[in-house]
Amino acid sequence: MDFKENEAIYLQIAGYVSELILRGKWPPDSKIPSVRELAGDLQVNPNTVMRTYELLQSQEVLYNKRGIGFFVAPAAVQQVQAARRERFLTQELPEVFGTMLLLGIELPEVQRRYEEFKHAQLHPISHENQ
Amino acid sequence: MVRIRNLHFGYSRKHPLFQNLSLTLEQGHIYGLLGKNGAGKSTLLKNMVGLAFPQAGTCEVLGQPAAKRLPAVLADLFFLPEEVYVPGVTAAKFVAHTAGFYPAFDHEALARYLAEFEVPAQAVLPSLSFGQQKKFMIAFALAANTRLLVLDEPTNGLDIPSKAQFRKIVASALTEERCLIISTHQVRDLESLIDTVLVLHGRRIVLNADLGDLAERLTFATVPEADATALYAEESVRGAQVIRPNRSGVPGRVDLELLFNALVSEAPALTHHLSTQPSAHEPVL
Repeated sequence: MDFKENEAIYLQIAGYVSELILRGKWPPDSKIPSVRELAGDLQVNPNTVMRTYELLQSQEVLYNKRGIGFFVAPAAVQQVQAARRERFLTQELPEVFGTMLLLGIELPEVQRRYEEFKHAQLHPISHENQ
Repeated sequence: MVRIRNLHFGYSRKHPLFQNLSLTLEQGHIYGLLGKNGAGKSTLLKNMVGLAFPQAGTCEVLGQPAAKRLPAVLADLFFLPEEVYVPGVTAAKFVAHTAGFYPAFDHEALARYLAEFEVPAQAVLPSLSFGQQKKFMIAFALAANTRLLVLDEPTNGLDIPSKAQFRKIVASALTEERCLIISTHQVRDLESLIDTVLVLHGRRIVLNADLGDLAERLTFATVPEADATALYAEESVRGAQVIRPNRSGVPGRVDLELLFNALVSEAPALTHHLSTQPSAHEPVL
């Protein structure tokens, strides 16, 4: 795993784990790798992975069966989506706003492009034929 | 695990390496020991493992003075020097002769580590390349399964894939009972692997801090121009690299290289910021 420069590693690992859950690679109620296994795979300190698992446990994405290990919570997908939504609105969007302000880009232009983007996502074939 | 109090040491009386150096290391952590060339990293490690003796002060390991070299302590610590020495025997023979000194030696783990490192177990050790010899000794050191493991510049001489294998093996070898100390000046090799950073500078430990705590207290950023909020700034092609107090509450990522440069240049604003915020870790400046 390549780590970005300015985000704490345990948060980046939380993003990675969330991604696996969203994509269905780790389904609800399945047992996930132990702290040491994931630390080895990602070449990071086990205490860092522990911190990630504790964070995701507090967000009710994971649950811990004492002595057995960590499992994906039944409503993990919804929890991850809620956390991602919150993160986008409070952290990523203000960064975009900052750039818009700096470059003098107004909302109507963004809206027009967003509609085009949505159209291309929903009708990929007709878009390619254009 | 390791308890050093007011340690004085120097190879000559005129040039002391350590004065009043104090340091406590706990189990369940991987410590990264950073220091400039000649700061005394290796010498500090040698004091811990009983290869150099304090001239004043105390250095205790597993509750006993390290200098006593008690067999019970030596059976539970392993020191891997930067330049490894291997006798003229095969790996299998070396293990047969040496593993017995370490009661908790894990032969299965050794086989796994050697396979991961791609070191042939049947080879005569001195016939291996320097990097292969070093990887064999790293595998042996980890498999010895001692509570205290001291690695002096372990990634020196390792090629790029071996460094990744090293991180993978060490990450999976830490348990709650073990304490690992890794000295390095290759900060980038190890920054995701260590959880606590020790900086040796000016004859003492100037920083002993959890990386997670540092991330909550400090922000590392590249900005067009350093302003008054910067505790430390360094010019680079991309702009000024600065260390600022973390006001956002969101932990970022610690830039160990920048932090190290700030500490060894004795940036007064940073020193003040770190010393005024209480931390669970000592001594913090």
